[in-house]
Amino acid sequence: MFKILKKRELSDVVTLFEIDAKDIARKAQPGNFFVLRIHEQGERIPLTIADFDKERGTLTTVFQKVGKTTYHLGTLKEGDFILDVIGPLGIPSHIENLGKVICVGGGVGIAPIYPITRALKEVGNYIISIIGARTQNLLFWEDKMRKISDELIITTDDGSYGRKAVVTIPLDELLQQEKDVKLVVAIGPTIMMKFVCKTTEKYNVKTIVSLNSIMVDATGICGACRIEVGGETKFACVDGPEFDGHKVAFDLLMARQRMYLDEEKIAMDRYIDIKK
Amino acid sequence: MEVEKKEEKKPKRRVKMKEQDPRERARNFMEVPYGYSPEEAVEEASRCLNCKRPTCVAYCPVEVEIPEFLRLIKEGKFLEAAYKVKEKNALPAVCGRVCPQEIQCESGCILGKKAEPVGIGNLERFVADYEAAMGEIKIPEKPKSTGRKVAVIGSGPGGLTCAADLIKSGHEVTMFEALHKPGGVLIYGIPEFRLPKVIVEREVEYIKKLGVGLVLNAVIGKLFTVDELLNNHGYDACFICIGAGLPMFMGIPGENLNGIYSANEFLTRANLMKAYLFPEYDTPIKRGKKVAVFGGGNVAVDTARVALRLGAEKVYLIYRRSEAEMPARKAEVHHAHEEGIEFVLLTNPTRFIEDGKGNVCGIECIKMELGEPDESGRRSPIPIKGSEFQIEIDIGIPALGTRANPLLTKTMPDLALNKRGYIIAEEATGMTSKPGVFAGGDIVTGAATVILAMGAGRKAAKAINECFKWKYWDFKS
Repeated sequence: MFKILKKRELSDVVTLFEIDAKDIARKAQPGNFFVLRIHEQGERIPLTIADFDKERGTLTTVFQKVGKTTYHLGTLKEGDFILDVIGPLGIPSHIENLGKVICVGGGVGIAPIYPITRALKEVGNYIISIIGARTQNLLFWEDKMRKISDELIITTDDGSYGRKAVVTIPLDELLQQEKDVKLVVAIGPTIMMKFVCKTTEKYNVKTIVSLNSIMVDATGICGACRIEVGGETKFACVDGPEFDGHKVAFDLLMARQRMYLDEEKIAMDRYIDIKK
Repeated sequence: MEVEKKEEKKPKRRVKMKEQDPRERARNFMEVPYGYSPEEAVEEASRCLNCKRPTCVAYCPVEVEIPEFLRLIKEGKFLEAAYKVKEKNALPAVCGRVCPQEIQCESGCILGKKAEPVGIGNLERFVADYEAAMGEIKIPEKPKSTGRKVAVIGSGPGGLTCAADLIKSGHEVTMFEALHKPGGVLIYGIPEFRLPKVIVEREVEYIKKLGVGLVLNAVIGKLFTVDELLNNHGYDACFICIGAGLPMFMGIPGENLNGIYSANEFLTRANLMKAYLFPEYDTPIKRGKKVAVFGGGNVAVDTARVALRLGAEKVYLIYRRSEAEMPARKAEVHHAHEEGIEFVLLTNPTRFIEDGKGNVCGIECIKMELGEPDESGRRSPIPIKGSEFQIEIDIGIPALGTRANPLLTKTMPDLALNKRGYIIAEEATGMTSKPGVFAGGDIVTGAATVILAMGAGRKAAKAINECFKWKYWDFKS
């Protein structure tokens, strides 16, 4: 059982938890994720590690309420317990001083891009961050990202805050101006990562994305998370979750993410019925 | 008179275990055979010829004293029979159900030469179930502590056996399990109707009662490394029995379409996550109308039968050789036939067909014929040119075995692996290239059986004991 030490609503649909998970926090590294299961009948879902405190033994996660499990998770309060927390999983980000790096976080993807950006900054990179969301109230961690970035660009799709644009517009401009960008790291909705990669491909800038495919055990047993990278089948859980974005078959990934839409609706409707 | 005498000499037929009606059971997840009654058990055990030199024992990977426990059943001493089995086998209720007895103990039975061998597996199951039903599970007295600590990584059949043996020798033992439930393949892999999960839970409880510690949700390699366990957590030795892992795919076009599951995923969703109870349980599973499973092993047969129980109208088991070459347990192949699984033999899939929306809607296959025996001794299948045909399906499930999971081994650069990523371990002892580290089961041999993993667990426990006596390596604690 893992205690929720802190809960913050970052927006109507985005929630932050700080979880007491000493052993996992001690081992967590940027780029890792973890799996949780709320209760005995619950499903196992992967969530991103948005931050960790090795001293206090805490894990921070930020999740968006999209389906039954995440809605249920959002009803838990400070002091409540989560049945199972498993991690840290996945291969950590490769952190190296390359020079100039652009970090792109879209929507809830701002959370996992944060520890990676911080680590890249700590080893001496010049960091340009782009964070974007559909609208202002879905945006979070502007202050945290500003602290670890040399430059910060903010976009919203509707122009309610920052620049009215999707993240790929300032990214394209930057890549035109700055010829010495060595790496782009992008985390966000799959469609965003796809277009980030299309943009960076033009400039031949290496791009790392972190994929959020459906998982069950997340330790390599099942293969639910399989994707195609460079024409080869890979498992996001043990081979990833980070991959060379220019090699990822994003359309296949998006199709696989939609596999259970019908079941997700059944589960959600039933959950709302029970809540009534 | 003479005729009568002749009839007396003819060995009696094996007592058949009563089973659920095939039509009924094909739609539920309840166990297929009901088990023997005490009378049936006595009758079956009485068929044992009491050979002077019994050959059955030699075929048992954990050397259960078979004639002894059969004799105790004959005498009606069922509890004593159970204790006799448990001296050698920590998981009799499991083994009675899932061991391939026809190629092990029962293959050594002399009766088998003229008629059916004694139903050793059935009787093993009977005594284990009897003991549990009586509620008289005997916990052996705890031996004097040796002060030695062993970490067992993985709580599947090999880990459970090794842990049980080590704790009986007086060591402190902790099992680390990556999933949220203990039991490994017994929980996530083998379906409820073949091995009810209450039985696995009962066996795990027994091992916990012996004093074995259990840490769930502990992915070793990630949460702690083996070196950390040995150097910082005070463990003197480590037994790695983590199973094989990554499911193999066929490498044919379309295998990542929606509706294509690995057998591991399909079974994990159904068994571990109880997706057959969706939406009462949260994990979903696609309930196909027309399902094709590819492969001929136990996992393939299990998967086909699960698909049927999830409501499929048609389940095809597509295998590239003929039924004689199928490695699956014979009893389960028989059950699958009875339940209406359609065997499509000497057939291999060549590509999956898409419905235009990212889902699988069919499969193209090619007919095969058997050629010369390959290195495994089985005749290798050869495609027949121009014999392609299509089958309409909405779910396709390759059950083609697994490859080594690198998750743990990757964190141990000083552990010798073979070319395929499996741990190199001495067969008789489980010793690896790393002092204090032993390994066994599928992560050493590649996908095999429950009982072989148990045998490896037993051998490793024995070797760890010996090494402790002789101080084979420098202990950290």
